[in-house]
Amino acid sequence: MRSDRSASAPMGLKIAAAAGLLFLHVPILLIFLYAFTTEEKSYQFPPPGYTLKWLAVAWDRPDVWAALGLSVRVASIATAVALVLGTLCAAAVSQTRFFGRETISLLVILPIALPGIITGIALRSAFSFAEIPFSFWTIVLGHATFCVVVVYNNAVARFRRVSGSLIEASMDLGADGFQTFRYVILPNIGTALLAGGMLAFALSFDEVIVTTFTAGQQQTLPIWMLEELVRPRQRPVTNVVAMLVVLVTLLPILAAYYLTREGDQVAGAGK
Amino acid sequence: MTTAVLFDKVSRHFGSVRAVDSVDLAVVEGEFFAMLGPSGSGKTTCLRLMAGFEQPTGGHIEIFGETAEGVPPYRRNVNTVFQDYALFPHLSILENVAYGLMVKGVGKEERLKAAEDALAMVKLPGYGTRRPGQLSGGQRQRVALARALVNRPRVLLLDEPLGALDLKLREQMQEELKTLQKSLGITFVFVTHDQGEALSMADRVAVFNDGRIQQLGTPEEVYKRPQTRFVADFVGSSNVLSPAFVKSLGYPARYASLRPEALSLGGGTGDVTGERKRVTGTVVATSFLGAANRVTVEAGGGTRIAAMVPASEALPEQGSGVTLSFAAHDLHLMDEAA
Repeated sequence: MRSDRSASAPMGLKIAAAAGLLFLHVPILLIFLYAFTTEEKSYQFPPPGYTLKWLAVAWDRPDVWAALGLSVRVASIATAVALVLGTLCAAAVSQTRFFGRETISLLVILPIALPGIITGIALRSAFSFAEIPFSFWTIVLGHATFCVVVVYNNAVARFRRVSGSLIEASMDLGADGFQTFRYVILPNIGTALLAGGMLAFALSFDEVIVTTFTAGQQQTLPIWMLEELVRPRQRPVTNVVAMLVVLVTLLPILAAYYLTREGDQVAGAGK
Repeated sequence: MTTAVLFDKVSRHFGSVRAVDSVDLAVVEGEFFAMLGPSGSGKTTCLRLMAGFEQPTGGHIEIFGETAEGVPPYRRNVNTVFQDYALFPHLSILENVAYGLMVKGVGKEERLKAAEDALAMVKLPGYGTRRPGQLSGGQRQRVALARALVNRPRVLLLDEPLGALDLKLREQMQEELKTLQKSLGITFVFVTHDQGEALSMADRVAVFNDGRIQQLGTPEEVYKRPQTRFVADFVGSSNVLSPAFVKSLGYPARYASLRPEALSLGGGTGDVTGERKRVTGTVVATSFLGAANRVTVEAGGGTRIAAMVPASEALPEQGSGVTLSFAAHDLHLMDEAA
């Protein structure tokens, strides 16, 4: 009796798991499918015919390139800013004791706990109050608010595992502050920074809400896509771009996965 | 005699906490100097002041005649063996040992050779390719020692280095450390809360309590002639006798220390020479310690006296009346006022 039950239960689980996975991933496959449809005004299933012409159309559209370029530049700079500020903040909070330490820790995390729309409105009113015109840099600033949190969270967890005596040992053996950072701190937090940086980049790359409030006339890729959906013509171009984004973001994630896995075993050995 | 480390009225206060309070000491070059005390007594803070991890809030520190205040740890010719060893987990054993030479810009071949030699010196040849996580506690301790010594420091600071080892390994390392120190001629400053360790290894001992040095002297002086009640009690669990009780035995009315092993059961017979003093009382507790038994006797007026009795002697019953005796010169009168 018992063995019958335990034999049938995994079957039900398998079906449930398969259904769950299909629900998650079939829509993504549909995006791929519609990138090759001949119908350009609506998403008709099954597609009446298949064509590769949208690849060429997307390639020739300057607005696609402008949006993609802007998104990459914003995400890169926001990530760079977040890596520097997030690491410094994590180092201060985890390695030293000072008045208001817990409060600062909370304040840093707050932007990601608050709904994006609050951050967006707050930044927009702050920019208009200070009479800062909307530009590339206002988008970067908006994105950096939550990118810092992601880097900080990753770094602070790792910093806690790097005991303070390692840093003291390095100084004791004759390394100054810079050498200690280069040879002891960085190898120990490197993979955490890589993971935090990638997550920050991904968050910035597909951010819509904060961007809507902090961008002027410029379009990042997600905002370009939103506007494209209401246009009646050349809809499959959006799908071509979406497909490209999936491929382009998947590769670095896989690469980072293998890099960090290897890094756990040999970090610092090649020096 | 060159002074390696000099403390002139050094204090380190953390807010209202006086971790180190007006400490004077002079460590002589080439000696094995122990700082002994319970946790929170200021001995580790003194070590950190020498290493440069703490700055004094008062007083003056000199290391080989040069002012040490404001000099960062990486500019001091002093190295530390940390309590938790603090080996770099991302580096191999050889790279750990060579670290100090690497940051000083010594060439790769030369520093790896020196690191190999240092590993051989602590009896870990051929362990260079392993990671700290693959070594036992005792082995990690030796690596930490090699990593510090490879830099040829003028003073080696050791922060309870044997605390995490088991008893047998600790005794073995005590001997090795002592031998190593004598052969290298480097000044060792050793922090410990284990009085046996301090007495057996050190040339001189500073006994700390509440941020102050209670007594500084050779192990024999500190053990046989404690100056304060704290030292008498902490170093070797001596019987501390009240002035009134001491007076009743025919001495001046001062605090006195009497070692448990100086006492014997009975009135004193056989080869006993010189004057003997006698104390009578009731046995309140006995405990077995292996080579000896400890007998605690209530001697009236709330005074309890512990005596070490060889295991070969018959143990008195609990509650029975006994006489203890000791040679008159074994009772040590302390300077501390009544």
